Amino acid sequence: MSDKPVGEMSFEEAMAALEAIVGQLESGDVELEKSITLYERGAALKKRCEEKLKEAEEKVAAITLDEQGNPTGTTPVEGM
Amino acid sequence: MNDLIDDPQPGENAHEFSVTEISGAVKRVIEGEFGRVRVRGEVGRVFPARSGHLYFDLKDQRNVLASVSWKGQVSRLTVKPEEGMEVVATGRLTTFGSQSKYQLNVEDIRPAGVGALMAMLEKRKKALQAEGLFAEDRKRPLPYLPDVIGVVTSPSGAVIRDILHRLRERFPRKVLIWPVVVQGDACAPQVAAAIEGFNRLTAGGEVPRPDLLIVARGGGSIEDLWGFNEETVARAAAASKIPLISAVGHQTDTTLIDYVSDKRAPTPTAAAELAVPVRHELLAWVEGQGARLSRAASRAVGQRRQRLADLTRALPRPETLVTAARQRLDYAEARLPRALRALAQGKRLTLGRSAAALRPATLRRALQGQRERLAGIAARLAPGAERTIRDRARALSNAAARLRAANPGRDLTRRRDGFEALSARLTISATSQVNSWGRRLDALERLRQSLGYTETLRRGYAVVRGDGAVVTSKSRAEHAAALEIEFTDGRLRLGGKPVRKDKPPPPKQGSLFD
Repeated sequence: MSDKPVGEMSFEEAMAALEAIVGQLESGDVELEKSITLYERGAALKKRCEEKLKEAEEKVAAITLDEQGNPTGTTPVEGM
Repeated sequence: MNDLIDDPQPGENAHEFSVTEISGAVKRVIEGEFGRVRVRGEVGRVFPARSGHLYFDLKDQRNVLASVSWKGQVSRLTVKPEEGMEVVATGRLTTFGSQSKYQLNVEDIRPAGVGALMAMLEKRKKALQAEGLFAEDRKRPLPYLPDVIGVVTSPSGAVIRDILHRLRERFPRKVLIWPVVVQGDACAPQVAAAIEGFNRLTAGGEVPRPDLLIVARGGGSIEDLWGFNEETVARAAAASKIPLISAVGHQTDTTLIDYVSDKRAPTPTAAAELAVPVRHELLAWVEGQGARLSRAASRAVGQRRQRLADLTRALPRPETLVTAARQRLDYAEARLPRALRALAQGKRLTLGRSAAALRPATLRRALQGQRERLAGIAARLAPGAERTIRDRARALSNAAARLRAANPGRDLTRRRDGFEALSARLTISATSQVNSWGRRLDALERLRQSLGYTETLRRGYAVVRGDGAVVTSKSRAEHAAALEIEFTDGRLRLGGKPVRKDKPPPPKQGSLFD
């Protein structure tokens, strides 16, 4: 089990950790105390995954360039 | 006879050119007629001059055309001529009158036909492959869920629309478009600059740095896609630190960038599919994991509860555990007073029996018996002792008689001879041992003297002592209370408290106290 706080995990890390915990719990040979801890962590990971999935937000912008082709900023792009 | 007047021959009245005139005329004709021509041929010898001009030959089976691109034109050539390349050169014919030559001044070169382009592409591919830029282990894994996707493509057109559309369907993300032209001469430099530009962005900067790049272009002819076959683009893609998906043209078009990108998508839409997972699938997956988590956790508790119940049933009631013991206790309790009484009775009986035997008459009788035994033994004591003494005296006189019979004198003589021989040997060996020690002692003494300072004294040196220690410096000598100089034949004292030779008494001066 990684020691990284759940709140800092990327979706992929949280997903892998959740999968590992579910597998561990389903195997059934976990002490009761530990299984409670695992369940709590699993719930937190699930929440993290859902958060990351809810973050799904489309935002399209185009880079603006000066005459030399260097980026100067962005302008929102809409209607595509 | 007609030396001065030309004798006109037929046709001789035609105009007579000077060399320069004819050169000029040829120049006008050629440059007028071939002011802008396209010439197809194979590139022959190529000679880049130090001046920056590029000289090369165009040839076919029979003829050769000298060609040149001036320095300023060379930098604008989209394709550099290479020997053996089939090209179409565009330019104008000029003459070079001072050497009676003509040449093609080339402004543009295009590979002639698809075959030539493919041959050139093949050559580039081989070169990049030899450098290892296509190696599998160079390819970086794509992030599972990128936060920001950078797209290098034309800002208008179907490609960006397709990508955004597919991203929206799967997993809406932040998208940064770096606008480039996707065809023509400007394409390659712009695409390369865009890839490099995205890589130059820093995380947390004003413009967010993408964690995935898509370089995309719709389908087109090989000439249309050519920008993505340029080495600059391929090198920029290979150098990109951000994982890069290439999606150029259709499935059947493979451009150079596809070989160096981390992932090749057959179409722009497919690139979007490679870029992000499907959100609702993931949501369903997370839901599923959540359900499995709850199920597994509650089963873990349920199984234990069941087991607890089973064990509880198997556990006997506490009352049943003690009944047997309680019964034994009751039984023992009932037997206790009776046993005690029986024990006391038994002891009393034994005591009664013993007490009956214990009377003064019995003791007196025993005492009388002992006294009689004592008297008997005492009577036998004196005669026994006398007999023993008599026996020992007789044994002594026997032994004395035997001793006189044996003669010790002979043995004594033999032992004395042996003793004298041994003592003589002892004397000899002891003497030689003492002598050898003496010699070693002498040698050591000589060594000690030569090593010691006393020998040095004999050669004229002296040892100065002051206050009991050897003085080796002037300053210490000055501070010493007394000095003692050791010569080889004895020691000489100098100074000392009472007499200080180095400090004469101050000159006499009249004083009040004198």
